[in-house]
Amino acid sequence: MNGPLVLGIESSCDETGVGIVRGTTLLANVIASSMDEHAVFGGVVPEIAARAHLEAIRGTIEAAVAEANIRLDDLDAIAVAAGPGLAGALMVGVGAAKALAVALDRPIFGVNHLVGHVGADVLREDGGAIELPTVALLVSGGHTSLLLVRDLVTDVVLLGETIDDAAGEAFDKVARLLGLPYPGGPHIDRVATDGDPTAIRFPRGLTLPKDLIDHRYDFSFSGLKTAVARYVESTERPSIADVAASFRESVADVLTKKAVAACVEHGVDRLLLGGGVAANARIRALAAERCAENGIELRVPPLNLCTDNGAMIAALGAHLVSRGVAPSDLDFAVQSTLSVETIRV
Amino acid sequence: MILAIDTSVGTSVAVIGDGIIAEASTVDTRSHAEYIGVFIDRVLTEAGVTPAEVTRVVTGIGPGAFTGLRVGIAAGIAFAVGRGIPISGLPSHDAISVGRGACTVVSDVRRRELAWTTYRDGVSLNGPRLATESSLAIDVDLDTFPEVRAVQISAALLATAAQNRLDRGDDLSSLRPLYLRAPDATPSKGPKRVSG
Ligand SMILES: [Zn+2]
Repeated sequence: MNGPLVLGIESSCDETGVGIVRGTTLLANVIASSMDEHAVFGGVVPEIAARAHLEAIRGTIEAAVAEANIRLDDLDAIAVAAGPGLAGALMVGVGAAKALAVALDRPIFGVNHLVGHVGADVLREDGGAIELPTVALLVSGGHTSLLLVRDLVTDVVLLGETIDDAAGEAFDKVARLLGLPYPGGPHIDRVATDGDPTAIRFPRGLTLPKDLIDHRYDFSFSGLKTAVARYVESTERPSIADVAASFRESVADVLTKKAVAACVEHGVDRLLLGGGVAANARIRALAAERCAENGIELRVPPLNLCTDNGAMIAALGAHLVSRGVAPSDLDFAVQSTLSVETIRV
Repeated sequence: MILAIDTSVGTSVAVIGDGIIAEASTVDTRSHAEYIGVFIDRVLTEAGVTPAEVTRVVTGIGPGAFTGLRVGIAAGIAFAVGRGIPISGLPSHDAISVGRGACTVVSDVRRRELAWTTYRDGVSLNGPRLATESSLAIDVDLDTFPEVRAVQISAALLATAAQNRLDRGDDLSSLRPLYLRAPDATPSKGPKRVSG
């Protein structure tokens, strides 16, 4: 086996992830989630997430080292998500990663969480080297971004992102409206199976011709959420299944239409899905259908590499090491709004 | 050789043992994540100690502002795991009590609240507990236990306090931060109406 041995730490939201890779080979991917602790609040509570990261950090590092069957002294580098994300949560991972780097006398790479989602693609078992260029649609409870990646080190461009709620947040809020548990995504997916996606025509955010001038690849889900709320309030005994299916259809339609348009308009024949919302059955199906129609190869990493995880951070770190990129200075800060153009802080 | 870390107020890191001492500190209460790695690296270099020569990590577990406090504890845990050495946690106020008789250690924990602990000869009697600037004198007998305001916690003194407590046989295995407050989050009261 070749390539640098890298341990990656992820703590940008509610998942404490520690992963270990050797080059493009996945050796360990350990995740501790505080999702259940947020359920009663209907969304991620930053202070609860940060507390949970601290409680999980020791166990996840030790479990990853055991799973990878390596010694920490064998590592070539440490990578850690430096942003974007929740500042207090990121600081737990960054504090740990810096101390680990000093303890082992190894370089540290503070990397971009979103670009990490793209880096996860190299870890697929049928994967091998990442094929670029690609458009990446990264959708979770924390972000909804469309990226054009020509090179993982030098050329990542943000084509668009949500201007209000993340798609995952919209799923959570609509689930709450419908009396479904948190997190909303899987529950809406389940209920929507029995519903008619054409029953209610919910709005498609930022798809009108005038929106497409300034927000061609941007997303908006706040109007959709409001429309669902209005519909539920004004309708006597609304069909939960139809509402869920119609809502999901609107989200899937906009996400995949814009992602495929980005591929076509930039002459890129590859689309990568990432983030927890990539688990949504309808989004995957519609993406597959539209990619096939346009001769675009759709890549979806396995779910445990789609949701936030440390392996993707390690994979990006290993890629940076392989490409001879200099490590971060030890004094780097976490950046909750880190732009995708900054791949390594 | 002990590596001591405290980020309950500013950031302070020290390496101490065998007559060697090096310490790096700042009173900056906003940049713990920036300083932590640099300071650990600096004190080891200044002391001429390699990471492999450190035999124990000691970390202050607060009370203090939560976000900064966690940075030091997370760093301490990772260093200890990285070197396969034990880690001990103790209240950050213990550092201030070193070498003092009776005292009340008081620190600012934000939101116009103070945390206090009373000590006699380095042994904590009461606290840490929360008070306000005006309630402190009512809650605590400040005549018997004079107030010492902690504007910085010295990691070197924390290491000394830890050594004293370990020598006494105290259990310092808990690294759970002394938050003293529940997380700032109110359960959702269900969806807000947007129409009607
Ligand atoms: Zn993510």
